[in-house]
This record gives sequence, C-alpha cells and structure tokens, in this order.
Amino acid sequence: MSEKLDTLVTEEMMEKRDQWSEPRVSRPVSESDIRKWAIAVYWPEEPPKLYWDEEYAKSTRYDGIIAPLDFNPFAWPVPVPPAAPTPPMGTGQGTNAMNGGQVVEYVAPIRPGDVISTSTALVDWNERETRLGLTLFSTNETRWTNQNGELVRISKNTSIRY
Amino acid sequence: MANNVYWEDIEVGYEIPKWTRKTDFMHWNRYAAVNDEFVYIHMDDEAGRAGANEQGAFGMGNLRFAYLHNMLRDWAGDEAWVKTVGLQYRAINQKNDILDCVGTVVAKRVENGEHLVDLEINVVNQNGQGTAPGQATVVLPTRA
Repeated sequence: MSEKLDTLVTEEMMEKRDQWSEPRVSRPVSESDIRKWAIAVYWPEEPPKLYWDEEYAKSTRYDGIIAPLDFNPFAWPVPVPPAAPTPPMGTGQGTNAMNGGQVVEYVAPIRPGDVISTSTALVDWNERETRLGLTLFSTNETRWTNQNGELVRISKNTSIRY
Repeated sequence: MANNVYWEDIEVGYEIPKWTRKTDFMHWNRYAAVNDEFVYIHMDDEAGRAGANEQGAFGMGNLRFAYLHNMLRDWAGDEAWVKTVGLQYRAINQKNDILDCVGTVVAKRVENGEHLVDLEINVVNQNGQGTAPGQATVVLPTRA
C-alpha cells in the first residue's frame, strides 16, 4: 500500500516556474493556410470574406485578409516533433490527468506573411482537496509574438492532476 | 454574413444569435487536416471505445473552440474584436450531436477607451447539455 502524498507539487515544477521556453518559430503564414482553416471551421457554409477575399478585407478596419482568431500557425511542423511521453494514467495518486480548460487573449491579428514566435512557461499552480482527492491545478502561459515583435496572443492552459 | 453591432445597442441579458453545427467525420477530418490533429480517438470508432467512449470516435475539443469563435464573429461583425475567450470541456462531442453555440451578454463596460461586452458562452447539445461552458469579452464599435 503506497503512502498518501501530502503534495503533488514536484521539485521540477518549482525549478521550472516562470522559466520561459526557447522560442519556436512558425513558417510564414500563407493566404492559403488561412483560407483552408476558414473553410474547415465553417464547413459546410462558405467562410466569411474577411478570411479569403482581399478586396473585401481591404474595406474593413483590418485593411486586408486576416486569419480567424483560433487559427494555429504551428500546425504541420517539419521535422515532426516526437510524441510527448505520456505517464501511465490511473496507476496511483497523482497519475490521473484532465484538461482544465483554457483562456485566450487576442491582442493582434495574424496576417498572410506573418511569422509567429511562441514561448511557454509554467506560471502558477494551486493545490486543494476536491471530490477527486488532493488535486493540483497548474497553469501554463503561452505567448505569441510576430516578426515585428508585437504581442499577438496570450493563452493560459490549466491542467488538472490528482 | 458580417453585421455591424454597436455597443450602445446591446443590453445586458441579450442572447446573441445561435451558431449550430451537426458534426461527424466530415467536420472532424477537415479540422484535423488544417490543425494537423490526427488522433485515433477522433478518427476511429474502435479507438474511441478503447478511449472509454462507448459510442466510438468523438470530436476534438479544439473544433468547439473554433465554433464558439465563429458564433462571436458572425454576431459582432468585422469591425469588432474578440478580446478573450475562455472555456472548459465538460462533455464529449458525439457523432451527429447537434451543437448549438450560445452566448448571453452579462455585462457592458468601458475600459482603456474600449467598449466591451462580457458574455457567458457554451456549446449545448441536443440533450440540453452544456458541453463547453465559458466566457468571452468582445470589443464593439461605438456610435460615439
């Protein structure tokens, strides 16, 4: 019978706190990437003109085609990154995981030709007793900036471990 | 179709137009193809069942995230800016579920010169289950 842990916070977490990862850079975003994304998320309806019709897009405040806000410029990387190792689930206290949700703040639009840089850090956690037992809520923050150094997006993702 | 919605015209309690999709492999596969999200539980019924979903393969959460953005954009129009979207995933998107993206305005405010509305949002299935509860903040154009 294993001992009950009094904390799920690891030393690795404490060392990693607020340490921003080495930036990863996207390929240049193309008009085609944007159009295909818009088609997929609007299927089966035609997507809004802002995402594929340059003449229309120039008449808006954006003065040109922009990507849907949920667009991911980091899809289709080469080389294909190795699959993240998944620890065995359900094998004891602290090995059960759940997606605790996300909050995204949009700061600037993504345009054709943009190159987006991303970096992530473990920024916060809190631990408390829940109906699942001792539960750890960890928040990773990811920041995207474009080639002009402008902040594009801040995403906070919460993972749950119990 | 883009509309222009002005901050002054919106009241707290207003329910924005619903945005609906009924999804199956057509939608999930098309999304996987743009987001490079090829995961067996979203592509194969046997894998879905092995992943503890009796009904087989199921939709990726990211697609509902996208649908909520579509709802907000289609309501607010091209001169608005979606400032924040937050959500949690509470229930699975099964094949052929009818997904209604819904939103209700819960507050209006002006901050740093931006005219904001805060909304409670969700993706509700045909059983009335809120599968992805969350909140959003949209910057609307003003008549001022």
